[in-house]
Amino acid sequence: MNKLKRLRPGWGIVPIIIFLGIWELVARLNLVPGHFFFPPFSTVAAEFYYLTANGVLGHNFLSSLARVLIGFCTGSIAGLVVGTIMGWKEFINKALNPIVSLIYPIPALGWLPLLMLFIGINEALPIAIIFICSFFPILYNTATGIRNVDRNYIQVARTLGASDIKVLTTVALPLALPNIFTGLRLEAGMAWRVIIAAEMVAIPTGIGALMMKAESLIRIDIIIVCLIVLAVMCLSFERFFAFWETRLTSQWR
Amino acid sequence: MPSIELRNISNYVCQNVNLKIFDKELLVLLGPNGAGKTTLLNIIAGLIGYQGSVLFDGKPVDKLPASKRKIGYLFQELALFPHLDVASNIAYGLKAQKQSQDEIEDRVEKLLQMMKIKHLSSRYSRHLSGGEKQRVALARALALSPEVLLLDEPLSSLDVQTSKYLKVELKQLIEELGVTTIYVTHDLVEAEEVADRIAIIQSGGIQQAAAPQEVFFHPKNELVSDFIGAPNILNCDCCHSLGQGIMEVDCDGLKILVPHDGDMVQRIALLPGDVYISNTNPPGPQMNRFKGTITAIKPASNVTRIEVKVGKKTLLAEMSHRLFEDMDLVLGKEVFLIFKMRRIRVYENKNNNGVK
Repeated sequence: MNKLKRLRPGWGIVPIIIFLGIWELVARLNLVPGHFFFPPFSTVAAEFYYLTANGVLGHNFLSSLARVLIGFCTGSIAGLVVGTIMGWKEFINKALNPIVSLIYPIPALGWLPLLMLFIGINEALPIAIIFICSFFPILYNTATGIRNVDRNYIQVARTLGASDIKVLTTVALPLALPNIFTGLRLEAGMAWRVIIAAEMVAIPTGIGALMMKAESLIRIDIIIVCLIVLAVMCLSFERFFAFWETRLTSQWR
Repeated sequence: MPSIELRNISNYVCQNVNLKIFDKELLVLLGPNGAGKTTLLNIIAGLIGYQGSVLFDGKPVDKLPASKRKIGYLFQELALFPHLDVASNIAYGLKAQKQSQDEIEDRVEKLLQMMKIKHLSSRYSRHLSGGEKQRVALARALALSPEVLLLDEPLSSLDVQTSKYLKVELKQLIEELGVTTIYVTHDLVEAEEVADRIAIIQSGGIQQAAAPQEVFFHPKNELVSDFIGAPNILNCDCCHSLGQGIMEVDCDGLKILVPHDGDMVQRIALLPGDVYISNTNPPGPQMNRFKGTITAIKPASNVTRIEVKVGKKTLLAEMSHRLFEDMDLVLGKEVFLIFKMRRIRVYENKNNNGVK
């Protein structure tokens, strides 16, 4: 058992190496019909180096990253604030819940045509999309999290002399953290999926746009480079929040 | 520490409750599940809405929110904050009141020692046993030195051994602190052990509020009598001590030995469950054994109650349905009753020592 635990971090890489090896082999041995469309891993790695060295990848990656960060941060903060108010005050929940329930299920990309006309095609457009994509789920999770906090905890806090705001910040919000983090974790990954789609359709810069250009030039190696960057970003964003969730709640959950 | 008065309290459960709890008193609120015990505590704590008036020391507190009523409330579910360790749970109220860090540390230290949970101070509630949780929750409720302590079934979730131990400690602690306490339970024995006075609540109304003995020997109505188990109550004509803490009393011609040493006995009470029935004359000395005739058989929900006429008195006994079937008891049959002596309760006549 102990031995397994010690080995575990290293083991995760083994399947990936095997996978890359098979990929390389299959491409080199022309096992796929129309091999022209299927570059081996080494070509992709070389292209990755090339794109990084000449700054194309970095430039596009940074513009996508900036959009995701700005949209996601503003969207989740707004969602957190409104969700907290909705979860805490029953009458506000009653007033807003029907509206939120109606808007929440609309996929973020569904807003794209509308926003293209309202905002125009500029930097604000992808940020607005990401904002919407983060705002509603986090609002929903926060409100649900707070509403689901056992009434007894809140009443105990009240009898211990805590003011309303104190009960909210020291009992309701901490106990809603697991829910809030679920929202953050899912949406951090989702933001990357949405930004790529938005960039493919409407924005001329960013990873998504790079992929579309690569497609028109039939540069599969570039497309795969972009996909790998995407996978790594989705994963690291989700892991980031998973890490903080564990850090903040594992002691008592 | 204030006295508490409830005047015409009504809400969706309680109906017109009037009750006075004296300064430093431990009043047990006793009643079956769903009688409105917890609701009444929540009303006193100011956690739910009500009509009528709650007074602390004669001053209405209806306008005060729960956070300003200076109440220590031990919830039945305990509700220890899961995201805080034991010390932080206890410190919660002190922090909410913005006391200084030093004061908070001092007070928490004292409470940890008082409740004997110092070794648990950095644990989280999911790593605590039932008894430990109980102690932490009590320490938290006492942290702000409340003037009123509300305990909602404080022992119900504990095993027999732990609850026995904690019960004694709890009673001592409340006496030491001199805090006005309302203690909710559905267990009659527990109530008798801890109470200064017992208030019986049923269907949202207070049926009787009196000293434990008084409730037992003078149940005010059917509801109370039923709740305490419909005891056989016998008036004693005369009595004399046999020494060793045993007294012989004469109740309508029945000579009964009771565990008692002291003043004259005016009444004795015996729960039907403490009266055994035998088909044959039991062996041993013929004390607290009586011959009688079955006059009625009443099946109840989980026991069968049997009325037996002994001399001029009719006594009530009860037994499980199964035992009843095995014993082949029928109306008019002659049986022997055996009283469990140690279970006989005695009501002293303190005002009238002349009766012989």
